[in-house]
Amino acid sequence: MREFTYHRAASIADLSPDATIIAGGTNLLDLMKLEVMAPPALVDITHLDLGGVEPEGEGLRIGALVRNSDLAAHPVIRRDYPVLSRALLAGASGQLRNMATTGGNLMQRTRCPYFYDRRMACNKRDPGAGCAAIGGVTRNHAILGASDHCIATYPGDMAVALMALDAVVEIDGPTPRRVPLADFHLLPGDTPHLETVLEPGEIITAVILPAPPGGQHRYRKVRDRASYAFALVSVAAVIATDGGRISHAALAFGGVATKPWRDPEVEALLKGSEPSDALFREAADILLRPARDWGENQFKIPLLRRALIATLRDATGMETAA
Amino acid sequence: MTRHLRVDGPTHDDRLDHMAQGILGQPLNRLEGPLKVTGWAAYAAEARPANMVYGVLVQATVPAGKVLEIGDAPGALAVIQDKRMVRYAAQGMDQKGPTSGPDQIEYMGQAIALVVAESFEAARHAAQNIAVRYKVSSVPVEPEAVTPELPPKKQSAAGDVDKAMREAAVTLDQVWHTPSQMSAAMEPHAAIAEWDGDQVTIRAALQMLSSNRKQMADALGIKEQNLRLLSPYVGGGFGSKLGINAEAVSAAIAAKELGRPVMVAMTRQQVFDLAHRRSETRQRIRLACDADGRLTGIGHEVLVSNLPSSEFTEPVAQATPFTYQAAHRQVVHAVARIHRGCAGSVRAPGEAVGVTVFECAMDELAEAAGIDPVELRLRNIPDVEPTTDRPFSSHKLAEALREGARLFGWSNRKPTGQQVEGEWMIGMGMAAAVRVNMLVESRARVTLTQDGQAVVETDMTDIGTGTYTILGQLAAEMLGLPIEQVEVRLGDTNFPPASGSGGSFGAASSGNSVYLACEEIRGQIAKAMDCDEADLTLQDGMARAGNVARLLSDLIDGQISGEGHLQPGKTEKSHRQATWGSHWAEVAVNRWTGEVRVRRMMGVFACGRVLNEKTARSQCLGGMTFGIGIALTEAMEHDSRDGHAVSRDLAEYHIPTHADVPPLEVHFLPERDAYVGPLQAKGLGELGICGAGAAVLNAIHNACGVRVRHLPATPDKIVAGLKD
Repeated sequence: MREFTYHRAASIADLSPDATIIAGGTNLLDLMKLEVMAPPALVDITHLDLGGVEPEGEGLRIGALVRNSDLAAHPVIRRDYPVLSRALLAGASGQLRNMATTGGNLMQRTRCPYFYDRRMACNKRDPGAGCAAIGGVTRNHAILGASDHCIATYPGDMAVALMALDAVVEIDGPTPRRVPLADFHLLPGDTPHLETVLEPGEIITAVILPAPPGGQHRYRKVRDRASYAFALVSVAAVIATDGGRISHAALAFGGVATKPWRDPEVEALLKGSEPSDALFREAADILLRPARDWGENQFKIPLLRRALIATLRDATGMETAA
Repeated sequence: MTRHLRVDGPTHDDRLDHMAQGILGQPLNRLEGPLKVTGWAAYAAEARPANMVYGVLVQATVPAGKVLEIGDAPGALAVIQDKRMVRYAAQGMDQKGPTSGPDQIEYMGQAIALVVAESFEAARHAAQNIAVRYKVSSVPVEPEAVTPELPPKKQSAAGDVDKAMREAAVTLDQVWHTPSQMSAAMEPHAAIAEWDGDQVTIRAALQMLSSNRKQMADALGIKEQNLRLLSPYVGGGFGSKLGINAEAVSAAIAAKELGRPVMVAMTRQQVFDLAHRRSETRQRIRLACDADGRLTGIGHEVLVSNLPSSEFTEPVAQATPFTYQAAHRQVVHAVARIHRGCAGSVRAPGEAVGVTVFECAMDELAEAAGIDPVELRLRNIPDVEPTTDRPFSSHKLAEALREGARLFGWSNRKPTGQQVEGEWMIGMGMAAAVRVNMLVESRARVTLTQDGQAVVETDMTDIGTGTYTILGQLAAEMLGLPIEQVEVRLGDTNFPPASGSGGSFGAASSGNSVYLACEEIRGQIAKAMDCDEADLTLQDGMARAGNVARLLSDLIDGQISGEGHLQPGKTEKSHRQATWGSHWAEVAVNRWTGEVRVRRMMGVFACGRVLNEKTARSQCLGGMTFGIGIALTEAMEHDSRDGHAVSRDLAEYHIPTHADVPPLEVHFLPERDAYVGPLQAKGLGELGICGAGAAVLNAIHNACGVRVRHLPATPDKIVAGLKD
């Protein structure tokens, strides 16, 4: 670990573009110990007034410092946005969820083992160095949104559910702004070190949820062990049916892509259609049209297909997951 | 006085069953438990001698070659390069230090130097950023890429398996793969070395102090008597602390050079690079049987790997020669010399993967023959060891199978794929459990004072297994004392040398030495009572013989002490010694995603005398959990280009979590094995692992019809066999 300065922010005005923000520290501290990240200055925001889950319009405003555990247990989240509760509880471990914050979780970095290993070339860690993951152990790498420069997945669960809920990220800084979560994370392209639209000197202050979407909420996470494992594939689904037809379909995917993934074409196909296996297979075809594997992660293509079909069958009442 | 015993013959006298105190076998809580949960039990890295500084190992970033130059480390006190530093850990029970000379690189991640600084963080920073110049060599890192060695002593054959296969009514011929696995003990490897003149004391995380002392003295080039090792508490070993490793050797070298105590603790990532891995295995199994399921041929062809300079090879087929009967048999043991991290003993070396795969093969044969898997096994249990005609010291496989089937409700098992609950397909599976049994030379000293306190001293370790407790119970039983009046001191080479913890032999080996030491003391008490030791009853601090009863305190002038010395003897050769059992599992397989959930798991074990019903059970619970890991989750993946371990932390190397492990049921079959010393107790630590994974894998097949032969059975591999 490199030496760094530590400063506890008293107000948002205390933040400086030169200091890296730390909140729960569940990911940043690991990365600093490995010197994958070596910020010279840390500013601790955990004493700022960025907590609380409050009504905003017909929706909710979730403070950036709300802990994952608290958010998952929040009665309004459980009642109106259960897909978010389920996604949060599917992530990490109880200890980590007690520390991790809503804003920090959006900034979580990939778990690509080559990113974590400074002996290995990584464009994300060291722009232009190359990607050692390509040609290496790629079992848990992305099949969607990757480039020849980076195939690392976005690893989180919370953001996947937030995508399906049309969440918006509230950002403070020189020019306060709101960015739809769908636009918050960047595809790697040839700049995989740039992961979000957040600029130096900016801070996430809240996540805004629109009015409750109703319908059936599911978060299905397929992983190598039953707890404390990153997703091989995950599906967040908010599905409503009306008169035997799908009236609302919001689907987001984790573990398979370089950012929380959503495909409007899939949802367009589903909306207004009668639930059927044929329809769900077609939805999977559309979703997987751009998929590209890197060898060991080929299995994610059929696995994502199956997870999507199973989730849709479950959410439309065709089958009970039990 | 020392009481010696070489186990040359049977102990038919169940003497320990007739002692008066009645504490042996009782499910006592671990004596050191409160110290551990309150943090008072200090592990290796928790001491803080004055002036201590911190060392962090510098690791090679190339898979093979030579170190040409190591740069400076700004902010550090020293960069230690010493030709005595070791390239990898010693193997269990080695009498000499492991290969030294860190400049020659044999695998990526090898320790090549030590950076020492005033803080751990500064040392780690310097070690992570030090410039090293290498001459890089090109080396093979994939086991299938080289022509393997066939060590002559490790091959065996009788009859003609090819012929048996041609002529059999039913045959099976399949290949399995298991990946590298890591012990992943909770406590990372660590050592603190401190010199006083030419005397060095090293607090370390080690399992076998008496051989570790020899290894360390050899590695450092010092006399054994100048070296004291302390490992009173060890946070799990599972094989990875059997032999000394780079952290302890370099701590001692650096402490000498700097004249200050030095701590070297591995990071979790370093543990994955530097501790022994279990070799990956490729196993081809051929089975032939007649129409009634009687085996006529058994073939077990194994490929494992290790570094060219290491002698250890995973003894995969160790139990194959004596588990089942067959006229024609062959074991082929091939070793690929490649440059992945050093392979060594990890949780039941051999049987953990060998029995697991073999028991999957038996399940496949049962299916092919149309015979119930339990019945197939029962029909093939030998009366004597097949390859040698030696008798078994005891043999409870048949009973474990029958009792297990009854307790688990095996008769309710449905045909493959017939039980469905929502998305989940349900199945049951079983497997036999078998593990070789060993005794190892062991010594202990017991001292009894006038105030009725007994002290047990031996350099035996307690690596979380319950050694403190069982040795305390033994002394309490033999000397007729409440457990509160017995103190057990372990993990110090100033005490008599013991077997150490490994190979499941620790409890029986060290336990017998404590038994013998207590017998010696009982002899002295009997003399004071003027009776035969056999007529002496000791209970609650009283000695009784015939009509005479006296307080122990009246019989002892000051204190009396005795040493016990156990050696394995002729029964090691005259009898095949093994522990036996059976594993049972019920799983649910998700028909969409291939996820597996173990819903129920049970083991039935026979290990001779059970010394503490609770710690014994805990050993089995841990073993069965490892079985779930082997079957479903654990894989240490290597990069095919340079062999480096890719999964290097506990987020990526998947030990089963609580959510993966259902309530586990453990049953012990009452047994006294006469050929394993007066305790009549055998090793138990590893039996729970051996075959447990097969019960899970066989249950997966019963649930959904998929056979996974590339372990672990992660969702991708199940899905590949499921219909859309």
